[in-house]
Amino acid sequence: MKLFGYQLPAMSSLILWEIVGQLEFTFFLPPLSAKFVTLIEISTTSVFLQALAVTRYAFFVGTFSAIVIGIPVGILMGKSRLLDELLLPWVNMFLSAPLTALVPVLMVLFGFGMKSIIITTTLFAIWIIVLNSRAGVMQINRSLIEMARSFGASPKDAFFKIYLWAAPPEILGGVRIGFIRAVNGVIIGQLLISIVGFGALFELYSSNFLMKHFWAVLIVLFAIAFTIAEFLAHLERRVDYYAARR
Amino acid sequence: MNDNINDIDNAVTVRNVYKNYGEVEALRDLLLDFPRGQLTSLLGPSGCGKTTLLKIIAGLLPANSSEILVNNQPLTGPGPDRAFVFQDFALLPWANVLRNVAFGLKLLGVARSEREAIAETYIGNVGLQGFEKRYPHELSGGMRQRVGLARALSVDAEVLLLDEPFSAVDEQTRRKFQEDLLHLANNENKTFIFVTHSIEEAVYVSDQVALLLARPSRVSEIIRPEGFRHKDAGSIRRDPEYLDIVVRIWASLRTYVE
Repeated sequence: MKLFGYQLPAMSSLILWEIVGQLEFTFFLPPLSAKFVTLIEISTTSVFLQALAVTRYAFFVGTFSAIVIGIPVGILMGKSRLLDELLLPWVNMFLSAPLTALVPVLMVLFGFGMKSIIITTTLFAIWIIVLNSRAGVMQINRSLIEMARSFGASPKDAFFKIYLWAAPPEILGGVRIGFIRAVNGVIIGQLLISIVGFGALFELYSSNFLMKHFWAVLIVLFAIAFTIAEFLAHLERRVDYYAARR
Repeated sequence: MNDNINDIDNAVTVRNVYKNYGEVEALRDLLLDFPRGQLTSLLGPSGCGKTTLLKIIAGLLPANSSEILVNNQPLTGPGPDRAFVFQDFALLPWANVLRNVAFGLKLLGVARSEREAIAETYIGNVGLQGFEKRYPHELSGGMRQRVGLARALSVDAEVLLLDEPFSAVDEQTRRKFQEDLLHLANNENKTFIFVTHSIEEAVYVSDQVALLLARPSRVSEIIRPEGFRHKDAGSIRRDPEYLDIVVRIWASLRTYVE
């Protein structure tokens, strides 16, 4: 954006936030600088570090399961017509369903702890990974499959030596969106269950009107989510580089 | 059919092949022999089922009914006695030339060092020395097909199945390929089954040209260009018999071409 002929740096709208915050219109919007000060303050406290650790654990276990289950299921759906017709309606339904509404059910089934949060995270991430892996398999050049078969490849060979190699650009795209959705999942899970991790912190800060603290935690989460998404997008571009030439 | 049919050594014999695609009858009662060590072309108008027949022989496509013998054994599916060269090359885009050429051997369970040594040899034979570490997208169409050819040769199958292998390369490269194929057919003791839609190409390289006519197709004529087979690559195209056969085949085919 240009203002009076000057190129404004990215995110310069944050300056506006700072000004509004300094004017003290509302307690809800403390100045940006104050948030960063608070951020540095609380980032060394054990409560924060513990919340971070708990969230990180839930996030990685959740996304890991989503990837490990989602990619093979998606590939198998792309290969088998029967499996595809059986599962596709469900995958599409869960992809668009408001999963937040399922969290209370999960709490009943799996208790109020880590298990429910991990499962929520997985549920948020897995469907798009399945769908993209399926799409990745379906666009594979048929003659590569024929080639492998003509050299005596078993279905298992074809799976490990062709499918798993040929579909990565689409699969990686699915994983990236899956990660972004997993960030939602892990936070929503924690908020609803609200006795562990950042969910507990949010609950604590907002019920005590500690807005600076509240925003500081939020900034951390935004930054983490953004970094993960950018990293995966970078990886995806690298893979696309060769994929464009296939 | 005479009684001493079994005296002739055929690498592949094809009898009673029927193939339908839904309502469409692609092949009907097809009968054809492929003598061992010779190059047989399948020639015909587009859509006549040449590639269908080739893929049935490769074991990639099931026929509705068929009696096919490969080395006197009934055909059951793809096997190491046949190797396929694809029209669109079918190279792995994520693997370099060496890995692509060695891929067939890898599927046969040959150990890495051994299969790479064999692959190296055939990469040299097809004239791609120095390109082992290149990726398919870095090669020209002609070079890619050389990789496909090296991959098929490296598994040392007795029967090579070539599905319009030169149709995706430019004319000059194609001529070079035809000469190379002729050379290969003379030097390697292999049976070649070669699908093409080019009359000149079929007559130029073949010991036997099987003419397939439009759907439902069967072999309408078998032509054996014998007079110029011993001549060198350069003078075949000027040979009167070569020219006569080309004209004769065109006369048979022209009614099927819109």
